[in-house]
Amino acid sequence: MARIVLDGLSKVYPGGVQAVSDVSLDIADGEMIVLVGPSGCGKSTLLRMVAGLETITGGTLTIGDRVVNGLEPAQRDIAMVFQNYALYPHMTVYNNLAYGLRNQGVDKAEIERRVQEAASMLQIGEYLDRKPRNLSGGQRQRVAMGRALVREPAAFLFDEPLSNLDAKLRVQMRVEIRQLQKRLKTTSLYVTHDQLEALTMADRLVVLNGGRIEQVGTPMELYSKPATVFVAGFIGSPAMNLIDMAYLRDSGIAPQALPSGTDLIGVRPDELLLTAPAEPHLALNGTVALLEPAGAESHIYVTLGGSDQPITVRIAGLPQVTEGAPITLYAALDGLHPFNSASGRRTG
Amino acid sequence: MQTKRMTFTNNRWLPYLLLAPQVTITLIFFVWPASQALWQSMLRQDPFGLRTTFVWFRNFERLFADPHYLVSMKTTLIFSVSTTLLAMSVSLLFAVMVNRMIRSRDAYTTFLVWPYAVAPAVAGVLWWFIFNPSVGILPYMLRGIGIEWNHRLESSHAMILVVIAAAWKQISYNFLFFLAGLQSIPQSLIEAAAIDGASRSKRFWTIVFPLLSPTTFFLMVVNIVYAMFDTFGVIHATTAGGPAQATNILVYKVYRDGFIGNNLGSSAAQSVVLMGIVIVLTVVQFRWIERRVNY
Repeated sequence: MARIVLDGLSKVYPGGVQAVSDVSLDIADGEMIVLVGPSGCGKSTLLRMVAGLETITGGTLTIGDRVVNGLEPAQRDIAMVFQNYALYPHMTVYNNLAYGLRNQGVDKAEIERRVQEAASMLQIGEYLDRKPRNLSGGQRQRVAMGRALVREPAAFLFDEPLSNLDAKLRVQMRVEIRQLQKRLKTTSLYVTHDQLEALTMADRLVVLNGGRIEQVGTPMELYSKPATVFVAGFIGSPAMNLIDMAYLRDSGIAPQALPSGTDLIGVRPDELLLTAPAEPHLALNGTVALLEPAGAESHIYVTLGGSDQPITVRIAGLPQVTEGAPITLYAALDGLHPFNSASGRRTG
Repeated sequence: MQTKRMTFTNNRWLPYLLLAPQVTITLIFFVWPASQALWQSMLRQDPFGLRTTFVWFRNFERLFADPHYLVSMKTTLIFSVSTTLLAMSVSLLFAVMVNRMIRSRDAYTTFLVWPYAVAPAVAGVLWWFIFNPSVGILPYMLRGIGIEWNHRLESSHAMILVVIAAAWKQISYNFLFFLAGLQSIPQSLIEAAAIDGASRSKRFWTIVFPLLSPTTFFLMVVNIVYAMFDTFGVIHATTAGGPAQATNILVYKVYRDGFIGNNLGSSAAQSVVLMGIVIVLTVVQFRWIERRVNY
């Protein structure tokens, strides 16, 4: 267990490519931090820098109370779960779990005890004699977790551990990892590109874009008050609608009512209504392009009048709308997210 | 495996026609000479080549009673094991070193492959010059540290020379296979081992080397076959089997006894023995190596 402090971490590759720039983050003991962003945003590089698999070219990294910039991965007291699990294919599950402990010189009885404990915790006890190739994807995932667990490290690092699983198993493992982490209270850094995984698992969420931090906060903070256009578009599914002010002239919204500098309005798909609410609101006229039933809810894709801007609406149940027919959408003014398109930041 | 099979219902001769080229080549270049050798191994000729008698297995009986032949077997064993070990360990070392490089990898790979294009006899001549006791550069340098090099007199020197010359040529081939083997090991396994606290050498011996084992077994058979059968040129150009039979391996002895000693019956019997060894090695390769993928 340890606090991890990233202070101005940067990574510049020998070719001059800046993968990570000036990332500062203070991770409390026992906290689960999720790094999320699109591919190529530097999240995996950042994780690998913490692990010691990539050199740090700027800033300092502290794990516990040690600066670990120059230390080998083994000396950092961390454990990592890889995207492809990286199980040793020629070793049995037992030996996969025991390998790290043997390297540390832990005595045999203690190895046995810890492996059995991890195996029962993850329900892989009956597979201990098998080789990884004889396991299913979910079982391999558990073994990879077990290998991290037995080491009892100061921190867990997860590099997109669920991306190779099918959708159903992914949800199940997501819950299990989170429960396990809460029980063990081990500081964790978790990388994913899946915003839903990020929202559901994180104590705090870090959105990265282009090697920089866009925003740090609890999942609800990021969801309800995205600081930048990028975060607004990335967090939440379906993605937030971003509407240019030019299309809102006839919508009943007074530009004075919005913070100065606002030229882009964000509306979440579930904040758009088909009937006018009592409080101050705006009204948008458009045409139904497509109705997409999804069980408990439906998505309506609307094209705004006088533009080709598509708008997504999320409505509970199956609404009575016809494709190709005109439609009016309403949104309460206090549910709007005002942005400035030039700076990409929230205006108020 | 479910693959679609072609059926020949309307033309009975087409399958035979399609197989004919391969069968013809096998018949002309393998079955015919092999049966000739088999036939000849049971014949004996008088010294003037006037009379040939059929002697059943007498040539083989004589062969296995001949101390020279048994010594040659031992020589072959020492030679092929040393050549295989040297060629494989050096090429593995090179492959590991090149695999660590990033930018210069392709250049080194290209350079290291060149020796493979050199004909065995030329390689032999090359090493003959380097090790030549009167004009060679290596004996000159060895003299500086007090070693009097002369492979024409010292049988151990001669053996070292042929082993180096034979291994040198095979290093390129092994290197390519080892490099490909190393590159097919996922980087994340090595990273996982690094996080698991394994030192560089421990990572190599507990992760990389076991995962290379299919490549290693394959190369071992290929190298033994090479050392036993393809090194005629190297031996011929460097030591010609000498001094005092010290480097007279089985393949070379076939030539010496047959074409220099003119004992064609014994020579044929020896090549039949060699054929037997090749068959055994091939079976080993197919039965074991194909299955010996132990992960």
